[in-house]
Amino acid sequence: MEKFIQLLVYGLQLGSIYALLAIGYTMVFGIIRMINMAHGDFLMMGSYAVFFIVSLFFADQMLGPAIALFVILAGASITGFIGVGVERIAYKPLRNRPKISSMIAAIGVSLFTQNFFRAIPFIGPNPRTFPKLLKDVLFYVGPIQLSLVRIVVIILSIVIMSVLYFIIMKTTIGMEMRAASCDKDASSLMGINVNRVISATFFIGAGLAAISGAFYANNYPVLTVTMGATLGNKAFIAAVIGGIGDIRGAVLGGFIMGVIEIMISSVYSELAYGISFVVLIIILLLKPEGLLGKPMIEKV
Amino acid sequence: MLLEIKDLHVNYGAIKAVKGISFYVDKGEIVTLIGANGAGKTTTLRTITGLERAANGTVHFKDKDITNIAPHRIVEMGITHVPEGRRIFTNLTVMENLKMAALLRKDPEGKKASYEEVFELFPRLKERRSQPSITLSGGEQQMLAVGRAIVTGGDLVVLDEPSMGLAPKIVDEIFEVIQRMNKEGKTILLNEQNAFMALSIANRAYVLETGNITIEGPASDLLTDPRVKEAYLGS
Repeated sequence: MEKFIQLLVYGLQLGSIYALLAIGYTMVFGIIRMINMAHGDFLMMGSYAVFFIVSLFFADQMLGPAIALFVILAGASITGFIGVGVERIAYKPLRNRPKISSMIAAIGVSLFTQNFFRAIPFIGPNPRTFPKLLKDVLFYVGPIQLSLVRIVVIILSIVIMSVLYFIIMKTTIGMEMRAASCDKDASSLMGINVNRVISATFFIGAGLAAISGAFYANNYPVLTVTMGATLGNKAFIAAVIGGIGDIRGAVLGGFIMGVIEIMISSVYSELAYGISFVVLIIILLLKPEGLLGKPMIEKV
Repeated sequence: MLLEIKDLHVNYGAIKAVKGISFYVDKGEIVTLIGANGAGKTTTLRTITGLERAANGTVHFKDKDITNIAPHRIVEMGITHVPEGRRIFTNLTVMENLKMAALLRKDPEGKKASYEEVFELFPRLKERRSQPSITLSGGEQQMLAVGRAIVTGGDLVVLDEPSMGLAPKIVDEIFEVIQRMNKEGKTILLNEQNAFMALSIANRAYVLETGNITIEGPASDLLTDPRVKEAYLGS
């Protein structure tokens, strides 16, 4: 039982990382009906951004919680702007072309960023060690040993996702996003600047990916230029399981993926990635639109 | 002249949808474009509000050249477009749809008053204000689409096929509201397949055939014009 609860906490922590990353896939898909295959690379850029901020300004210090949070948010903003730039340069010119074009462009962006980062001297091909942002504290609830940082990551992720949900449901920019995801022409006829809304979506998506990257690297502190690829795939599966286009679905899918992966790894770690796909296939067989997704009608 | 279109050409790839039409709308008028499916009516309206690019020709609104400007900027200048097929935001509630339409309004008082005006004109929308608009019937969706135009409050309201797919009683209701908007000072440009309805409320009309204007004149003249009668009025 203690073991199970410990694994559950690990699973929820990994799940919150997947969930934050999956939100970006689902938001971008919701608004421009495109799978951003380069989304995982925003996670990579975010972790490197945090890494560089820490090594430039806070070398070899243990950060307090406030500074750690600030550093993560700074990394998220930088990545957010990169996300906006990527959309403007690589995806916007293809917006009215067949969807397959922008998907191929996304694969191109992914390959380009990974190899470009590898070629930059101060990033380079060798893995970097991510600094410990926070000193971990272990504590006991009854007989169960828990890590404070893990709990904080889970809670922070849930807070961030709740704030996002509030933004989408209650604020004007959120309403504009929902309107644009329904009908872009009609949105622009209401005076919505659709380009601005799409930029905001990419900013939020890439920013959340960066936060997710910082949380991930805090636990698995090895940075490589390809780290976003596998994580991105898993988060994409999470988004599809939950019902792509639905933010609550992405969160649910992320947590399901995280918990399943940890539970399976505790038995036989080599199987974990494979099992994720099995889960995906089973869920899609039973509910093709995903757990919370609505059946989509293709308009002709 | 509030709106002036000169020698407008619009192409979809190799297909020429609009082949050099010119027309104008004066302040306070109701002007209608009639014509069969595929005559280029919708394309013309979509080009006026920036959703399609003009290959040639110009669109002037309030003496400013608005050819090929982004749609959201054209809305800001005062053209409100109620698109074909209603195009309400089905994932938003009725109220949220109206709020989106009020996006560019800077006067909180006027905004509130316009919501009230819509609810007064269409009490059914008031009952359903917090329902997702996907639950509305076709007629109610059209009311919401027209309601949005009232809230946006542009000087020129462009309506594309407002009667399409609606029961006659609802069509009457919508047309009454259009006339009322006109009396309150809005200029109306109306695309309509139901030529009889359109000509009955319009001041002037243009007949579009395969991308060209073939007949134009006062609406009352067109109502009795034998060519119009035969082709569009079914008698």
